[in-house]
Amino acid sequence: MVSGDKISRRKALKAISNAAAAGAIVGAGVVGAIGGFMAGSTTGGAQQTVTETRTREVTKTVTATETVTAGAPTGGNPIKIGFEVHRTGIGAVYGKWYERTTLAAVNLINEMGGIDGRPIELIIEDDGTDPQRGAQVVEKFALEHKVDFILGALFSNVVLAAAPRAGELKIPYFAVSEGYHVPSGKLNRYSFQPGITDVRSQTQAVAGWIVENLGKKITMIFPDYAFGYNHRDWFGKAARDLGGEILELIPIPPTETTFTKYFPKVPADTEVLYHVMVGPAVLTFVKEMGEFFGAKRPEIFGFIDSLEGVAIDSPGLEFLEGTYFWEAFPRYLDGYDTPYHRFFREKVGVDENGADVNDPKSVATYSHMFSCWETLFIIKETVEQSGYTRRSPEDYRAFIETLENFRWFNEGNQHPQGAKLFNGRLHQCFGQQFISRVENGRLKTVYRTKIEDSVYESDVDYTKQPL
Amino acid sequence: MHAANKGFGKVLAVHIGVIAGFFILQFIVPPFHAAMLTRIMVLATYAIGYNILLGYTGLMSLGHAMFFATGLYAAGLSVIYYGLPPLEALLLAILLSAVMSAAMGAITLRTSGVFFLIVTMIFSQVFFLTTLYFNVITGGEEGLVLTRYLKPISLGLFSVELTDSAVKYNFALIIFAIAFLFSLWLTRSPVGRVLVAIRENEERAEMLGYNIYKYKLLAFTMSGTISGMAGAAYALAFAYIGSALASILYSINPLLWTLLGGAGTTIGPIIGTGLMIYIIDFTSGITTSYLIVVGVTLMLLVLAFPPGIVGAIRRRWLRWLP
Repeated sequence: MVSGDKISRRKALKAISNAAAAGAIVGAGVVGAIGGFMAGSTTGGAQQTVTETRTREVTKTVTATETVTAGAPTGGNPIKIGFEVHRTGIGAVYGKWYERTTLAAVNLINEMGGIDGRPIELIIEDDGTDPQRGAQVVEKFALEHKVDFILGALFSNVVLAAAPRAGELKIPYFAVSEGYHVPSGKLNRYSFQPGITDVRSQTQAVAGWIVENLGKKITMIFPDYAFGYNHRDWFGKAARDLGGEILELIPIPPTETTFTKYFPKVPADTEVLYHVMVGPAVLTFVKEMGEFFGAKRPEIFGFIDSLEGVAIDSPGLEFLEGTYFWEAFPRYLDGYDTPYHRFFREKVGVDENGADVNDPKSVATYSHMFSCWETLFIIKETVEQSGYTRRSPEDYRAFIETLENFRWFNEGNQHPQGAKLFNGRLHQCFGQQFISRVENGRLKTVYRTKIEDSVYESDVDYTKQPL
Repeated sequence: MHAANKGFGKVLAVHIGVIAGFFILQFIVPPFHAAMLTRIMVLATYAIGYNILLGYTGLMSLGHAMFFATGLYAAGLSVIYYGLPPLEALLLAILLSAVMSAAMGAITLRTSGVFFLIVTMIFSQVFFLTTLYFNVITGGEEGLVLTRYLKPISLGLFSVELTDSAVKYNFALIIFAIAFLFSLWLTRSPVGRVLVAIRENEERAEMLGYNIYKYKLLAFTMSGTISGMAGAAYALAFAYIGSALASILYSINPLLWTLLGGAGTTIGPIIGTGLMIYIIDFTSGITTSYLIVVGVTLMLLVLAFPPGIVGAIRRRWLRWLP
């Protein structure tokens, strides 16, 4: 259950009547939040018995713009949610799993009785991972489908193109991206990212562990564009603040297909090589890194973004054995084995190794896709607490102000990744992160950060913007 | 010549009718389609610019994203970093696009045929990578949002906001109308006729005493400038600039829009742009393989109407269409 500073204005009785169905979701509430703050030790979440709501497994593939109301309660006008997904284009691997996760959450919410007794009607549109089309899809949701809310995009360029249009059309837009765009203040009062932490907080959270456990002398290899710069700037600052030293910054142009010439630039006294390479060339990058360093390598730390949707034991990735990765949510269940995590996996249809239960070769984009699930439950809770009933300035004001007043999203089946601290001024959540080591061709989680490790100060205050 | 002048009233009426039609449509169509038309008018302006080079001069470029993005970044960055009001930013963007296209034309027009195609593409890719390289300024592939920097457009006694959908629509309409009427004027002008002569038979035009390089450069500059104006309009109307809009896809798009609608016709690029955007929007709602559907549709249309839709109409029924 989501808690907030603002007490539910109504629906308490309805919530009680729904409690049986929602029992699995209510779960551990406050205990989960405390669990989040008690993290910072070797992993292993609280083992609690919860009553699971049995819902059918979601394996349906939707291949078109489609209205989904599966499992919906029969009464009430539906709450329409537009889901902007990368079905095609460079983000399609993520899009496939984002869609699957979203469908699972919608089915579950509908089987629980919907949102405030109203079924969710999910309308899906492909944005082609294209900024121009991303903004167009927002227009379509707002003006043609007349949705109540938009569950937004993953790729930062699409979010940055689409969210301003949502702001102009005055419709809440929920990014599920991890980009440092919402908390940077670039967007608007209608844009939120409550379901996943941003890259600034992620790098800050892991910097302490890296400096303390792997080494203080760090060389960074990163793509020579915005994604890489976020890491360069935010990780570099955090590492230096914690006593680390950035020996060398090695940006690699996005068009590069071979990396051999960059490795000699790594200073010999480097203790930690920090890499965040992404894209199709990442396999080549790993192979050539292995050929260059061989057995005499520094400690290596990377972000799992490089290998989302890719099996860790794929041929060519052998060199990663013994190296470390950041994960937002462990791909392997034993990395954070909680009842809520198991529940989430079961509903989405992911096995204990992070792959499709029906196809072990289809590896999920597991570290990011939970954001869709958690965001949908946040929309549900905010609607129910704010008394939102229809698309009107008054109801949107109540919805947004209610959400801005939330402080915690407690760990439970609604928030299986862990508790989230929500900053209503930034419209951004903060949460725990995971560090995993590659052992025997799989990821073994070795550390879980505390929520406060990821929190940073900011002057951004969206609440000052008019509605 | 005389016959052509005689039919000009009809031609002008059609063109004014297209502009008037767009103006009226905003009061008739549902809001979503008004938003689509806003986008179509901005992108059709880009196609009109492209058509000057391809349709009227016979030069196929694969590098026009460079000019679209020049306008996009000139307008967007001047708004963000120098606080220019939208109209000043637009004028600056048009000026810089003219300079950029003249400079690029001076270099690339030393080649011809497939080499011209490749050289324009290479320069455009260099431009694209430059926007990534200077990420700190341009925002790179993530891009930058203009919303909080955009000042109202001052119109004497009152001012209007580009965030307003109606203002956005009419801003796009004005930009589109300028480009559309300019292309009409060009086709009727002596310069336009020389360009067509170059397209039809370059050697003959040269033997008649025309400085081919000079006219091609002029066409290239006009084409790039209008493309840049469209880019600036995009940045201002949709409040976003990013490297994706400088990628090769945005060089291919105006080529497809122009070919579909009818290269060498003034109305063709508008029909092509509108049709393509609606086809993509419609088919993406049916299948994830919508690009295959779009491709097959394009092939069928090109087979049925080799000179493009408006080109075919002109050939069969309305020979007076420019």
